[in-house]
Amino acid sequence: MLTILPQVLVDGLTLGFMYAVVALGYTMVYGILEFINFAHGDIFMVGAFVGTEVLLITDALGALDGMNPYVALLLALVIAMILSGALGVAVERIAYRPLRGAPRLVPLISAIGVSFLLQDLVRFTEAIARNAFYLNSPTLFTDTISLGIATIPVKGLIVIVLAIVMMIALTLFINKTKWGIAMRAVAQDQSTASLMSINVNKVIMLTFLIGSSLGGATGVLFAQNYGTIDPYIGFILGIKAFTAAVLGGIGNLKGAMLGGVLLGLLESLSGAYMGPLTNGAFGAEYKDVFAFSILILVLLFKPEGLFGEAVKEKV
Amino acid sequence: MAKINWKAFKGIPLAVTLAWTAIFALLLHFLEKSVLAFLGTLASIVLLYYTNANNRLKMVFGAIVLVVVIPLVAGDNRYYMEVASQVGIYVAMALGLNIVVGFAGLLDMGYVAFFAAGAYAYAIFSTPQVNQFIASDFFPLSGAWFWPFLIIGLIVAAIFGILLGLPVLRVKGDYLAIVTLGFGEIIRIIFNNLDKPINITNGPQGITPIPSPELFGLKMSTPFYFYFIVLVVIAIIVLANVRFENSRLGRAWVAIREDELAAQSMGIPLLNVKLAAFAIGASFAGVVGVIFAAKQTFIDPTSFTLMESIGILLMVILGGSGSIPGVVLGASIVTILQVQLLKEFSNFLHSLQQSGVLNLPNQLDPSKFQRLVFGILLIFVALFRPNGLIPAKRKHSDLEAIKASSPGRGKLGILSRLSQSASGKQT
Repeated sequence: MLTILPQVLVDGLTLGFMYAVVALGYTMVYGILEFINFAHGDIFMVGAFVGTEVLLITDALGALDGMNPYVALLLALVIAMILSGALGVAVERIAYRPLRGAPRLVPLISAIGVSFLLQDLVRFTEAIARNAFYLNSPTLFTDTISLGIATIPVKGLIVIVLAIVMMIALTLFINKTKWGIAMRAVAQDQSTASLMSINVNKVIMLTFLIGSSLGGATGVLFAQNYGTIDPYIGFILGIKAFTAAVLGGIGNLKGAMLGGVLLGLLESLSGAYMGPLTNGAFGAEYKDVFAFSILILVLLFKPEGLFGEAVKEKV
Repeated sequence: MAKINWKAFKGIPLAVTLAWTAIFALLLHFLEKSVLAFLGTLASIVLLYYTNANNRLKMVFGAIVLVVVIPLVAGDNRYYMEVASQVGIYVAMALGLNIVVGFAGLLDMGYVAFFAAGAYAYAIFSTPQVNQFIASDFFPLSGAWFWPFLIIGLIVAAIFGILLGLPVLRVKGDYLAIVTLGFGEIIRIIFNNLDKPINITNGPQGITPIPSPELFGLKMSTPFYFYFIVLVVIAIIVLANVRFENSRLGRAWVAIREDELAAQSMGIPLLNVKLAAFAIGASFAGVVGVIFAAKQTFIDPTSFTLMESIGILLMVILGGSGSIPGVVLGASIVTILQVQLLKEFSNFLHSLQQSGVLNLPNQLDPSKFQRLVFGILLIFVALFRPNGLIPAKRKHSDLEAIKASSPGRGKLGILSRLSQSASGKQT
């Protein structure tokens, strides 16, 4: 049983870092607007499709074979990030901004609507273009690195490295740049920030741009790592990433990162060990139950999340 | 364009509504295939809502349309009755969710779990499935047990509601949405996998054949009977909704919906009141679940997905959360769209395809556009009618009338009573 442990940990880390980057998008938006951007998971999904389509089209043009796989991945990542970032900004402009100040249920409803709309639009486009609603991504990296106790696939390693790069870049941006400081100011108090000559709308747009492009990039990595994508991958992954954000303490960047990694590890461990530990009564099919149960337990006993600080309600 | 003065518009004249109903009922009688005539007949209920007449008259007329006219002209058409009873099932469920979301303001995205609880309760005990874990000749139960199971389903779902509500209701707002969603998924996954170690739900294969209800030896297996069963259940649920809305509990729900903190400081026990909303909403879903199981004769976990929960939520929001006529309208529109219009449209396109006018890939079948249509509807409702098609009416006290009345006279609410007791002290 212990012999598979290193492998399980590697899988869990790969999954966990993907959750972590998507969770950043949720937590950034929640920190500023206090609203669950339900469509964020589907923006991740759009990113996955855009990146995979870029690779497929490059392949169809015959250019992929001679290309360095890292260059090909970079190309897919950049295009997916630009398009999904633009999509995030557009969604904010059309479906969320008119609802600022409405009762809290209303933007949530609109976000669920956007989520459904994106799923079917992608399915629609793929059905016309390829007569199937799922895509098989061309594999760029097939090598593995053997460490004696575990073999690490290069594609998994790339996910982890790129996720860490994105997280560091985001942290530096938020803490060191003028725009980052503006974002933190808006998250703390919108009206005071606007009095300090910060353009709140622009900052919110920027938040959606960054969050969505990070989500889109993760989508490309997801497609590379798992091979097949369909329009519904974003919904459940999005919910889990949000779970990760809540787990770490919503609105808190560090919390989202740690929560994501933690959730990925827990899920992978429970998937691998729940069956053997219960003598096959409860197998890997219960791993989602496990993830949601953790979320519920955390919300009950530490509603501010593992790394968040408790907020007193204002009257 | 001349501007219509809506204030002066008192409602559709009664004669127009009567004529509309009569014309469409006759059309449906003679042109049985015409879907438009069927929809027109159903629409007469909506027309009736906006008719300028007193409420009792409208209610009697509405009852006549539902109980006499529709079964008379569409009753021998299995398909129409199927659609009508399907609409009824969703109306009943949406009214249950309306208590949770509309009255108490608790965003429950796992509502379908309670529906599943009711459906599985009846399905397991009325089929040989029960003998998988209880070896007794008493089981499986016959269709005559359908009627007691309406109550059992209600109780089972209410217990489910309380058990889920106890931990879940401590969190608020958006968190509640995510947690209920998680719980809904947990329940579905459990039902999907509970075929081992003990086979209770038969897992993804589902349970069949669930017996139809029996009454005095009469086997009620056609949609015609279910139409009436559902109608009775809806009548009871509507009555319960109305009574709850105007009760002490109902006012407490509205208070916590508007401001939890303020409600708590006015002495409303938050957890109990929320639990009551959860349990009552759940119990309606449980009853409907039993009917659903008996009508479909087959259930499996795919009938109880997150999509279903969101569909019911859409019905409530589209119609107007907290507004009973609104929720009925919302549920009817969404269900008809889903089970009839999209299907009709796709049949139409198929016929075009067969005659060679149009070439359509299979994936673009309009009956698969449910999410697209739902999505667009949700966004439009949020942007343009955030309070729904028929917004809930808020009670207003007529302040001018109270001010104008001389103190102590007339029965104008608490103000007059206050001034009465004040003048009592002076003398």
